[in-house]
Formats: sequence, structure tokens, C-alpha cells
Amino acid sequence: MSEQTTFTESDRADGIEPDMVDQDAAPASVAPASGGVGPMNMIQALNSALHVKMAEDPDVLSFGEDAGYFGGVFRVTDQLQQKHGLTRSFDAPISECGIVAAAIGMGAYGLRPVVEIQFADYIYPAYDQIVSEAAKMRYRSGGQFTSPIVVRSPYGGGIFGGQTHSQSPESLFTHIAGLKVVIPSNPYDAKGLLTAAIEDDDPVIFLEPKRLYNGPFDGWHEKPVSPWKAQELAQVPTGKYVEPLGKARVVREGADVTILAYGTMVWVSLAGAEHAGVDAEVIDLRTLVPLDIETIEASVKKTGRCVIVHEAPRTSGYGAELSALVQERCFYHLEAPIARVTGWDTPYPHAFEWEYFPGPERVADALKSVMSGGR
Amino acid sequence: MTEPTTAAAPAGRANRQPLSLRVPEPSGRPGDTPDFSHLKLDEPGAVDRPEASTAPAEMRDHAFRLIRVLDDQGRAVGPWDPKLDPETLRRGLKAMILTRAFDDRMHRAHRQGKTSFYMKCTGEEAIAVAQGMILSREDMGFPTYRQQGLLIARGYPLAAMMNQIYSNAEDPIKGRQLPIMYSAKDHGFFTISGNLGTQVPQAVGWAMASAYKGDDKLAITWIGDGATAEGDFHNALTFAAVYRAPVILNIVNNQWAISSFMGIAGGDQTTFASKAIGYGLPALRVDGNDFLAVWAATQWAEERARSNQGATVIELFTYRGAPHSTSDDPSRYRPGDEHEKWPLGDPVQRLKQHLIALGEWSDDQQTEAETDAVAQVRAAGKESEAIGTLGQSRPSVKTMFEEVYATDDWRLVEQRREVGV
Repeated sequence: MSEQTTFTESDRADGIEPDMVDQDAAPASVAPASGGVGPMNMIQALNSALHVKMAEDPDVLSFGEDAGYFGGVFRVTDQLQQKHGLTRSFDAPISECGIVAAAIGMGAYGLRPVVEIQFADYIYPAYDQIVSEAAKMRYRSGGQFTSPIVVRSPYGGGIFGGQTHSQSPESLFTHIAGLKVVIPSNPYDAKGLLTAAIEDDDPVIFLEPKRLYNGPFDGWHEKPVSPWKAQELAQVPTGKYVEPLGKARVVREGADVTILAYGTMVWVSLAGAEHAGVDAEVIDLRTLVPLDIETIEASVKKTGRCVIVHEAPRTSGYGAELSALVQERCFYHLEAPIARVTGWDTPYPHAFEWEYFPGPERVADALKSVMSGGR
Repeated sequence: MTEPTTAAAPAGRANRQPLSLRVPEPSGRPGDTPDFSHLKLDEPGAVDRPEASTAPAEMRDHAFRLIRVLDDQGRAVGPWDPKLDPETLRRGLKAMILTRAFDDRMHRAHRQGKTSFYMKCTGEEAIAVAQGMILSREDMGFPTYRQQGLLIARGYPLAAMMNQIYSNAEDPIKGRQLPIMYSAKDHGFFTISGNLGTQVPQAVGWAMASAYKGDDKLAITWIGDGATAEGDFHNALTFAAVYRAPVILNIVNNQWAISSFMGIAGGDQTTFASKAIGYGLPALRVDGNDFLAVWAATQWAEERARSNQGATVIELFTYRGAPHSTSDDPSRYRPGDEHEKWPLGDPVQRLKQHLIALGEWSDDQQTEAETDAVAQVRAAGKESEAIGTLGQSRPSVKTMFEEVYATDDWRLVEQRREVGV
């Protein structure tokens, strides 16, 4: 299978990323060749998961703004309508509340809808439906009704999207009992985790780091972007496989310090460790809820140090929860205070993208600080 | 009234009139004589009945009229008479009587400290009872907190309702919800949310799913006049129209949203039914205290939905006779006798009068039905209270940690251990 890029290599060299202006891009669709494995970018991998699940299960359907015929502004739902039919992949009104509410009703009926919120920054009109309805459905009805829905949404920064196309709202969902929150960092996990999310019987908030759609961005924004095809985790089976929710991935083993990250920050953390010259163990959480606490605990007890990296603002960010958990479980193994490298407690600023976005240098600084006992 | 202070107007704006803010007010407040002179009520039988296949644009007038069947003498008149057999009418009347008896007992139970909260549907019984009888249990109802008549009309066990209200060990939803937030899937009754309006777009989604599967089931939902101001309602109408969802969208206009009269939701500027027009949906506006009119309008919407012609909006024009809830005191904000003076009467009395006019009912039978309803409620009360009222009995504490997810994650396991259960 050939690598289909949605923008040119020269664009990459210029530091231009696809994001929301990439509407003339070539389709990302994957021709499912049974049994094969090939390089896919994250868009293609997500698209493949949807194609495979929709072919397998007639109760799976997909809808969202521009997500039907056109295949979504990022092309993740490309060719679903053409291949599976109009009623199984269609455009929705610009009504995030309506989209999620309709999915909840469909889920209560017995379908497994996968809806797209065009940008995570737009998810707030649906917040009541997600928090008060989907999350509570099983509990409040004594198990009579459930919400087996997936709410997919591109999230995160690094694309010059300003405050309305860059946010990382994951902690608004991890705080809510009844929701699962999944954030993949590579094509292989993206497909396997989305498959698991669709098959899950509870509502899943599936956040896609859009800065990673076309390549493993490591935060060195002035360097040319490397494509996914060079990465082992871009070797994606064209058929079905499942990556279970609740399992972290140790992407780099190390002895000195544990880095907890997810989404784009996994790649930034790897780059930061390299920059600092520290033998860090980098853990990609993959699912924030349920959280693989065992892997975290074992790693921190081994290294005795912990740095947490996320794009979202620091205060009440998911890092606060991780920090508390590590402190509660690993306090006597810690040789330095836990450090957090995060977005600042400001709205996401357009002109200050790289001052806001946690990059490898900030991660390296935190690692060095933690290695010297936090002083 | 003091003149608003105005800054010196810029040149060219000196002649402009100062603006003023309008805040709508109801026609009467405590101590006032109820005034319903602003209501435009069609005569019984006066509104025509279009074919159920009529294009929405051809029947816009119906959003501003009021479909009535029963006249002042209790006769069924006009094209909307559903011509129900006496047995169906008697079943409807008995279900309404039972609903009222249930409300009375549970309201008293709250006053006796047996539960924390209750909400009556006094004056609105015809709506849920008639609609609960027309649609089947396989159709899914997405109710608000004032459609208990739906469960009662479908024979849901009264004791199970009480167990929910008491959050006792046999509460079907395990003590997890405020009293009256029932859930009864096998009776076509969706889990009630306390957040207003959320159920309406969900009902549309459920109906879309039925259509997606080529099924033959409908969804039916209710929302109050006040909650139509929520975005969810408007999102629902958009989705219902766009995807031609087989759903019946009821607006129960009972004039009051707690203490806010329907004008605060815009109901004094237009009718709630007319909201449908902008979405390209057909609308019917119905006397909600007229069992036959409710029945006929619902049947019309049902026929339309079952023949794949999509959704209908029905405004059920009624009056909330009781306080909003046991936490409310309407004497603080509306004339005390407004309900008694409501020009469209009481739904139970009107159906009773109709059956008597038909020669199919009598005052004695009415008394007997009321006595029987009280006895049924008392028996159910005995059964439920034997299990326990609020605080006397409850589900096992460990169930607090169950069904948050299909499978408990480690947090829930640890936290349950922390509680020691």
C-alpha cells in the first residue's frame, strides 16, 4: 500500500501542517487488503478502523459535521458513505448537542454510533449531553439503558489553530464518572483503540491529537516533519485488531525517570529525554480512563522519579490526578518532587504557539531538574 | 418612574427614541382575579382535520388553533372525534383516576416524611394516559417528570413506582435517582433526567435508529413549555426535520415553569406549536384537558410517523394544577384560584361527563372507581412501605459502586473497599 500524504513534502519542510485548511487533500481511504500490513498515517488508520467495524457490524454508523460525503475536514471518515451507504455515514447539522444527543438515543436503541465533533474546542455545546446523559445512563437507569457511543474529536495544539482549534479538554471528561477517555499517539494504537472504543459498552471520548495525524511531531517545530511511514507504529494491519482500553504502552524503557504522557506529548517526551540525555522511561498512557495504574506504579517505583507532560493547562489538568496517584502510591520510592510540564493557565494563544505548547526543551529542563532532586 | 439618564447623543442620533426593555408579566398575581381573556379558544369541533399526509406548509394554521372535541355538555363533536368505544374510554378514565389517587397519596407521603420529594401531574392526567394507551410498550417514550400517567396507564406496578420514590431495597433503579425519576424500559419509558429538555433530541436519535434499522417502532417525547427555551429542543426539531425521524414531539404547555409563566419562554408572543413551522414540521395544538382531543391528535401524529412521514409537534394546552413539586408554593406567584377557573376545565371531570352523556357511566360508578383507585394505591403503599420508606430501607451500599461502567475499574474496586462494603 502506498503512503498517501495529504499535503506535500515541501509543505512539511516549511513547517506547514494540514489541519483545518487542508480541504482539497487527497482521500485518506485505505483499500482493505485482507491480512496485509502496511504503513498508514493516523488518519488512514482511524479511517481503516471505521471501515472495518462498519463492514463487520451493521449497527455501527458514523455521522458529524462534514463527516458524510466529504469524509470530514481531516478525512477520517473518508469513503465511509460511498462504501457503506448514505444512512451509515452522513452529514449532521452544526449542532454538537444534537449530534451527541442523537447518538445517545441511537445507543439506547441498541446501535453503536461513532460521532465526530469537528474540533474538540466545539464539544462544549454537547457537554451536558455527554456529562449528564451519556455518562449517567447505565447508572441512573439501574442498567436498563446504556450509551455505547464513541465521540471522536481532533484535539490539541501545535497547528496555529488559536484558542478555538487547539484546546485539550480531556480533564473535563476524565473527571466525569461513567466516561472513558482515550487518546492514541500513533497509527497502530489509533486503529486498535478506536476498534476497542466502538466495541465498548460505555461512552468513550476518543480524542485524536491532530498534530499527529500526518506525522510523529516531536515538538521541534523548526525541523522538517518526518512522515509516519518511517515509524514502526505506523505499520498497521489492514484487517481487524483490538488494542484493549486501560493498557498503557511503554514506548521507551529507561532507568532514571518515568515520563507519563499521552497524545502528541509522547513524541515530545521522547525528544525531550534525548535532548536532556536522560535515560527516561516514557509511558504512553493511551487511555486516561480507565488508567493503567499498575504500569505507572511499577515504573515510578523502579525509577524513583516522575515527570508528567500534557498540553492542557496545568491547573486541574489530568497531570494533577496523575501526580496525586503517584504520590499516594510511590511516595517512599520518590527521590525528587514530581514535575509537571504543561500548557499554561491561559487560553491557547495564536501568536505564542511555541511558548505555550510544551516542547522538548521544557521537558528536558524538567528532567534535568528532577534528576538533580528537584532543585 | 425616573427618566433614563442618557449621555449626550452623537450628532445625527438626537431624534432617536430611547429604547426600553420588555419583561413579560402574567395576567394575574396572588390576590388578583384570574384573567384568561387573552386566551383564544376555538369552539369544540371548529378546527378541521387535515389528512395525516398533509404537507406542513399546508397546515400552518393548526399551530395557532386549538383542537377540541368535548363540548360543554360532554358531547364529542367535530372532525377530530376519535370515536372511541366506551370500554377504551372507561379504561382511560380509570387510569386518570388512579393517577390522581397515586399523586395524592405520594404527595401526602412526602408531607409525612416518607420521602424527600414528589411531583404531581394534577390537571394533566389526560395527556400521558391517552398517549400511553395509544402507543405500545415497544415504542419508546422519553418523558419529563410529569408523565407518571404513562406508567399507570400501562399497568406498571404502583408498588415499584413507590419503591423508586422511597429509594428502598426494591427500587428498580437502586436508590440512584431523585424520587419520580423512573426508568421502565419494558414499559416503553425511558430513564428520566432531571436536566430539562435533554430527552427530546435523544428521542429523535432513538427514532432515527428505528428508521435506520427498518424497524416499525416510534419514539414519543414530552417537554414542558418552559424547557422549549433550551437549545436541546431546537436541536431536536432540526434533527427530526432533517432526518424525517418517526417521533412525536409533545410540548406540554401547562402555563407555568415553576414560578415563571409561559411568557418567559416566549409563549405570549406566539404559540409553542408554532415553533414547529420554522423547522418545516407539522404542528397540532390541542386542548390537553380533553381526553378525546389528545387521543385524536396523537393518533394523527402516529399515523404520520408510522407511514414514514416523520415527526409531528403537538402542543398540549393545559394547566398545572398542583405546585411544581413538593418544594414549591404557587400561592407566592399566581392567583390562588387560577386552576379552578381554568376555562378548559378538569380532564377527569370532562371525560366522566362524556361517558355519562353517552349513557356508559354514572356518578355511582365514578365513586366506585375512585374508591377502587384509592384501595389500589393503599394496597401498593402497604406493599412498598413494608419494604421501607426513605431511610428505612435501601439497596446494599456496595451497589453505589456498581453500573458506573459495564465492568468496574480499579478505582471503583478500591473505593468500595475504602467504604468497607
